[in-house]
This record gives sequence, structure tokens and C-alpha cells, in this order.
Amino acid sequence: MILLTRKAEFSAAHYYWNEDFSAEENARIFGKCANRNGHGHNYTLEVTVEGDVDPVSGFVVDLKWLRDVIDKEVIKVYDHRHLNLEVAEFQKTIPTTENIAIAIWRRLEPNLVGARLHRVRVYEMPELFADYYGEQ
Amino acid sequence: MRAHLSRRYRISASHRLHSPAYDAERNLAVYGKCNNPHGHGHNYVIEVTVAGQVDAQTGMVCNLGDLDGFVQREVVDRFDHTNLNLYEGFLNLVPTTENLCIRVYDLIFAGFDKAELVRVRIEETANNSFEYCGAGKQGQEKSVNLHA
Repeated sequence: MILLTRKAEFSAAHYYWNEDFSAEENARIFGKCANRNGHGHNYTLEVTVEGDVDPVSGFVVDLKWLRDVIDKEVIKVYDHRHLNLEVAEFQKTIPTTENIAIAIWRRLEPNLVGARLHRVRVYEMPELFADYYGEQ
Repeated sequence: MRAHLSRRYRISASHRLHSPAYDAERNLAVYGKCNNPHGHGHNYVIEVTVAGQVDAQTGMVCNLGDLDGFVQREVVDRFDHTNLNLYEGFLNLVPTTENLCIRVYDLIFAGFDKAELVRVRIEETANNSFEYCGAGKQGQEKSVNLHA
């Protein structure tokens, strides 16, 4: 089995805020991320699929096809958007790096026909990233 | 839903690779330029991976401030801008990055209770990295130690 990883980038704004918490609790738990005016990051997405190498094509999957799926399902929806305000799954879920990784998995997994999704890794910045391997 | 969260920290430290079990000639043969009696140093990157259920209220595996505070106090403050050979844990143990990886893992494992520690990965240089996933677990031991 081979693991194959494709990278993509998007830039987006977000903030961390839980309506069930008081303003003080939000500030204490989320720190500067709780600023309701939002802030932003250049995110790097790594999508890893797994499979056997096709004996004819030599591919695990067609990389161009994988890029197009990532672009259509994720980048076009997230890039240059405010995640809290403009992306459906973050209306009620805080767009932490963990939740973004899970949300991207859910966007990609049903659309990766013929490939098995192995891991979604989201870098919020070079020093911080979250991995999701699906339901474990 | 269970997710993994990784965070990278930096320390700069010196070390010398030298085993008292070997004579001078053998130390030089085994450790090469890392056996230089005066030591040398690296900018290490320590990548800490924790895992756990994503909290429904916060959206987090654990609060980054808790992890940062713990690693800063227990790891970065302990090792940054020091000579690793003089650390008490390395008085009788060669401070290779393998051993540093295990020490850092053990320090975090022993004291950090906000999430499950999965892996400590240390980059000694851009070309060398080492990983430790705890005793009894299947570590990923594919990294090559070039001691470049």
C-alpha cells in the first residue's frame, strides 16, 4: 500500500466564540482568538489517500483529479472567506484547527470515489497542525 | 471525534556524543565529528503530538495555552540554551537526539494530563529527525540519523 499526499493552501478569517460561555469565559479559554472582529491565517491542507499502485497507470490516484476534488470541495468554499460567517459547518461549530480538519474530511470523503482517505492534516501556521484519521 | 494536535517548539542547545564505555578511538569512530571534545550545538525543533476527543464546547483536543505552558516550563526552560551533557538525566546517558526524544516524551507523559501524548518528534537538523511514541508502542523508526 502507498500513501499519497497532496497539499493545498487557503487563507481565511475566523474567531473562537462559544455562545454558551460568558464573555469572560470566552476570553479566558480562547484568549486572543476570541476577538469578535476576527483574525486570519494562511492554512496549509495536506490530504493523504491510501491505495495500491495501479499496475497500468502507476498511480494510486490521478493527482489532477485529486487536486480538482480538493479545489471544488474545500478551497473554493474556504479560501478568502470568514469561516464563522460564511461556511455552513462553522455556523454552530467553532472553526478550531481540529474542527477544520474534521470538516474537510467530511467534505472530501464522500467525493473520493476510488480512493481511500487516510488522513487530513491542517496547518494553521507552520508551528501548529491538526490531524484527523476519520472515526476511530 | 478523536483528532491529533501537533505543536512545534524550538530549543537551542549544545551536546557532545561520547560514551564512557568506549575508548577515545572507538568514540571517534562511532560518533565522528559529534565526538569533538568541546561539543557543538543545534537548533532543535520539538514537535509534540497529543490526541483526544474534540471537546464539543470548545472545539479543541486540549487548550493550546495549557500545552504551551507545560512544554515551555518542563521542556523549553529546562533545555534551551544549555549544554545537554550537564543535564542530570544525561550525566550517565549519551545525549543523542534519540535519548533527548525519550526524555522529552517522559517529561510530558509524566506531567501533562490534559490530553493523551501520542508522539514526540525532534528535528536535530533539517535532515535528521527522531520520533518516540512511548514504551510498548510501535514507534515509527524510519528516520535516519546522519549526525550531519
